Amino acid sequence: MTEPQPLTAAPSSRRPRLSLGPISYYWPKAEVDAFYAMVAEAPVDIVYLGETICSKRNQVRFEDWMAIAERLAEHGKEVVLSTLALVEAESELKRLRAICEQSRFLVEANDMGAVQLLAGRPFAIGHSVNCYNDRTLAVLAGQGLKRWVYPVELTRETLEQMQRTRPDGVETEVMAYGRLPLAYSARCFTARHKDLPKDDCRDACIDYADGLVVNTQDDQQFLVLNGIQTQSAHTANLLAELPAMRRLGLDILRISPQSEHMEQIIALFDQALRDSVDPAEAAAQLNALMPVGPCDGYWHGEAGMAKHAIA
Amino acid sequence: MELVCPAGNLPALKAAVDNGANAVYIGFRDDTNARHFAGLNFAPNKMVDGIRYARSKGVRVFIALNTYPRPDGFRRFEQAVDRAAELGVDALIAADIGVLDYASRTHPRLSLHLSVQGSATNYEALRFYHEHFGIRRAVLPRVLSISQVQHVIDQSPVEIEVFAFGSLCVMVEGRCILSSYATGRSPNTFGACSPASHVEWIETEDKLDTRLGGVLIQRHAKGENVGYPTLCKGTFNTDGQTYHAIEDAVSLNAMELLPQMAAAGVKAVKIEGRQRSPVYVAQVTKIWREALDSFAKNPNAFTPKPEWTSALGRVSEGAQTTLGPYHRPWQ
Repeated sequence: MTEPQPLTAAPSSRRPRLSLGPISYYWPKAEVDAFYAMVAEAPVDIVYLGETICSKRNQVRFEDWMAIAERLAEHGKEVVLSTLALVEAESELKRLRAICEQSRFLVEANDMGAVQLLAGRPFAIGHSVNCYNDRTLAVLAGQGLKRWVYPVELTRETLEQMQRTRPDGVETEVMAYGRLPLAYSARCFTARHKDLPKDDCRDACIDYADGLVVNTQDDQQFLVLNGIQTQSAHTANLLAELPAMRRLGLDILRISPQSEHMEQIIALFDQALRDSVDPAEAAAQLNALMPVGPCDGYWHGEAGMAKHAIA
Repeated sequence: MELVCPAGNLPALKAAVDNGANAVYIGFRDDTNARHFAGLNFAPNKMVDGIRYARSKGVRVFIALNTYPRPDGFRRFEQAVDRAAELGVDALIAADIGVLDYASRTHPRLSLHLSVQGSATNYEALRFYHEHFGIRRAVLPRVLSISQVQHVIDQSPVEIEVFAFGSLCVMVEGRCILSSYATGRSPNTFGACSPASHVEWIETEDKLDTRLGGVLIQRHAKGENVGYPTLCKGTFNTDGQTYHAIEDAVSLNAMELLPQMAAAGVKAVKIEGRQRSPVYVAQVTKIWREALDSFAKNPNAFTPKPEWTSALGRVSEGAQTTLGPYHRPWQ
């Protein structure tokens, strides 16, 4: 087992790094390739790769992901292989093992099954592994946890408590931009919408590059169906909180990909991190680039869909 | 197979015990469990009475401590674990890794079950909880088909309990935050889904709207049957279609799968509904006891009696039942 690296700099003096989360939607391979060609040149430090939602999505296969990973690594990106959030079938475990057994790249576990397979080696956990308190974080650190993504439903205040007792060598990552991952199900809601059985879904998700919006009967855009996952229709945006996040000593800010405007979104985060634009101003610009609009309630201890710091 | 029944208070516990439960599950009167509803659950003295009553009839008692504490609330969970150990309950049902770690280190003789809120859907996850905390049983989330349940059991280091009847979570339990997205309160953090405190019923001339956290979940014409606005069972508009985009208002009834569950090696079947009345608990427990006894007597000829099915249907949410995820086409 590799020894975790101690954090050397004082929290306030470190500039958080920027990461790009896995693509949560089902995009054609050509679009995935084009997207990561853009990312290779973009100012992100860390790129999470892989299918995290549905094992039926096979446009990009393991070998393809590994090839993309190598290309990004050649461009100086830290690559992390991300994994399925809901693991049910043996075939899914088999694929998960293949990812966990390679040692070229760090792996992000999105299910406790993956944690079990990775225990004893350095690994990361994504937001679908529940880590709500310091004792949980300590147990996982004892298994080799190197980085965790803060659960999206928790508040800034709780994060402050977690940061105080965070084990040495564990980095904290916060989902700073993207539609919120709200739930996973056995049922595929996209196939159901098209009246198709899950086992014969005919790549239903590929028609919805940013998922399928669910509106209330009084026309409020509320949720997004993304295969077996449900997301928020509104996009979480915490960039305005950058000063607070710096004070908390956060290591990494994560952007979750959407189908459009990604170059601009990454650029705004990069400029804010390099202090060349005011974070609140950059956050306001981000709001115009979202499929529906912003939300930031969880961070402030409110309903997730609330808009607290957002005009 | 063991019949595990819900008890939200002492009368419900007695109803479950008197009608044939093998085990009952209960919770403390706070946010340490996933049925944190006003007026529900057990004050300390009632818990002692309940355990005494169940024990006197040979029925086991499990305490659910299955939400996810944040650092500032962790001490309360430790105290709840200590209290459960003092009470000598037959098992503690927990979900959080920190809570399981505390319980297994502080009370090594306390039997631990992984809650459905622990969200373990595969045997590798079960191995983690078994190796680190010595769990003896796990309750599987309502996402697996019956053949997947069998496969998990074939490889599982611990015995498996599955949901057999009651309200149906369509999402993987422990990883659904739809409720807090609309209200700020979720099963994980607060112990309640779609909490009543955030429900509004708004009547106009010709319709009744139900809102959760201000979000319109259901819109009914006057005189229609109106259900509770659980977020995932709402009627929404997607791409021009107005329908239950996530799930209909139905309940799980897996009785016809008892033979397959037994063949798969399921150790216990669980009835959902700590929030339901003692009358409900009595009715449902009685019918399931009869069904399990009938199955045990003649396993090859088991079919649910029509009167059981219709009686269970009448007390179900939406008065409809489904095999849910156990039956692949539902997925």
